[in-house]
Amino acid sequence: MNALIAVIRRDLLLVMRRKSEVLTILFFFMIVTSLFPLGIGADTALLRKIAPGVIWVAALLSTMLGLQRLFASDFADGTLEQMALSPTPLGLLVGGKITAHWLVCGLPLVLLAPVIGIQFDLDTSTLGVLILALLIGTPILSLIGAIGAALTLGVRGGGVLLSLLVLPLYIPVLIFGAGAVYAQSVGLDTTGHFSVLGALLALSLFFAPWATTAAVRIAIE
Amino acid sequence: MPSNQPTLRAHSLTCVRGERTLFTGLSFEVVSGEWLHIRGENGIGKTSLLRILAGLSKPAAGSIDWNNCSIEADPSEYHRNLLFLGHRDSLKEDLTALENLEIATALDGVQISTDDALLALHRFGLRGREDLPVNCLSAGQKRRVLLARLLLRKAKLWILDEPFNALDVHAVEMLSELISEHIEAGGMAIMTSHQEILMPNGRVVQL
Repeated sequence: MNALIAVIRRDLLLVMRRKSEVLTILFFFMIVTSLFPLGIGADTALLRKIAPGVIWVAALLSTMLGLQRLFASDFADGTLEQMALSPTPLGLLVGGKITAHWLVCGLPLVLLAPVIGIQFDLDTSTLGVLILALLIGTPILSLIGAIGAALTLGVRGGGVLLSLLVLPLYIPVLIFGAGAVYAQSVGLDTTGHFSVLGALLALSLFFAPWATTAAVRIAIE
Repeated sequence: MPSNQPTLRAHSLTCVRGERTLFTGLSFEVVSGEWLHIRGENGIGKTSLLRILAGLSKPAAGSIDWNNCSIEADPSEYHRNLLFLGHRDSLKEDLTALENLEIATALDGVQISTDDALLALHRFGLRGREDLPVNCLSAGQKRRVLLARLLLRKAKLWILDEPFNALDVHAVEMLSELISEHIEAGGMAIMTSHQEILMPNGRVVQL
């Protein structure tokens, strides 16, 4: 447990020492989502309609940006080897790294979402659903993305491959995440969407650390 | 031999890299209070052997036993007793020497106070450098940060890949002393090095 906290603390500390990388991701999210209202103009009905999709796609792409550095530097300097040799199970430490990734690349998106939502003229209840959906959805993105990041370790041009590998797996989250926000905005029931998102989270919480650990082990061998 | 004495035993290890067979049928044993010097030309498989011994990669054939129990059967028990220092330094350039050391020991599952960590760094001549990011240190000083870990970790078996690299004469002496102390206290060490190492109770395995 001690080692798990140390891993999360270290990853957050590293981010604090090099803030530009994270700020780039946040600015990317804000700019992409701001370009749509600017490009479309003041058609509020249309904006409200496209808001869920735009915000979710931007969230997907922003989390992708942070994935490349999830394991790469630890792999290059041999820290992953030391983690594999730790008495603490590697799966737990990998879980710690995924948690740190979410805290850095997922949670800020959730917090920014209401501000972004206002640009799209979303009402308060829809904003609430958007935040909740992102809160459940972004950890799934981090978890699934970690598998891809571990699988592409040491591969040349891994960044592009990573996107090709991970983005298709993000589709269910996109459909149900954006679906929940859209349903709320037109006054439909959102329980079904949230149930599926919850199920996806449970599933990826169970499988992703395990699959990621297996991929990391292959990479360091 | 009493069964409670720690032993590392390698049975007819074979290592294959790509199409090339690096070594076959390599067997040896290390017991408490002994150290092993693995020698051989560049590219003959010294690092590969150490990685196999640490359990990072699997041998093409053969097995490794720790206390008469395969290391694959109980990896966490083996890892508790093992300290591996490889070629790559596993230091984070943006973090300070102290932070790096504290994280390394946390990964090792050892709880230490900041004072212990500082003491270890001071012993390796890093007084006044504790709060500098590691990328401001020289190659030798980085190496010293790594070696400070040896002081804090109570591992029985040390596997060290070229531990004397990039160290000055004084640090080499200090490290030899540290390893000797470890072996006298019933520890074991497996090392690769191109230099002669003058320490008692050593054996040479020529690849």
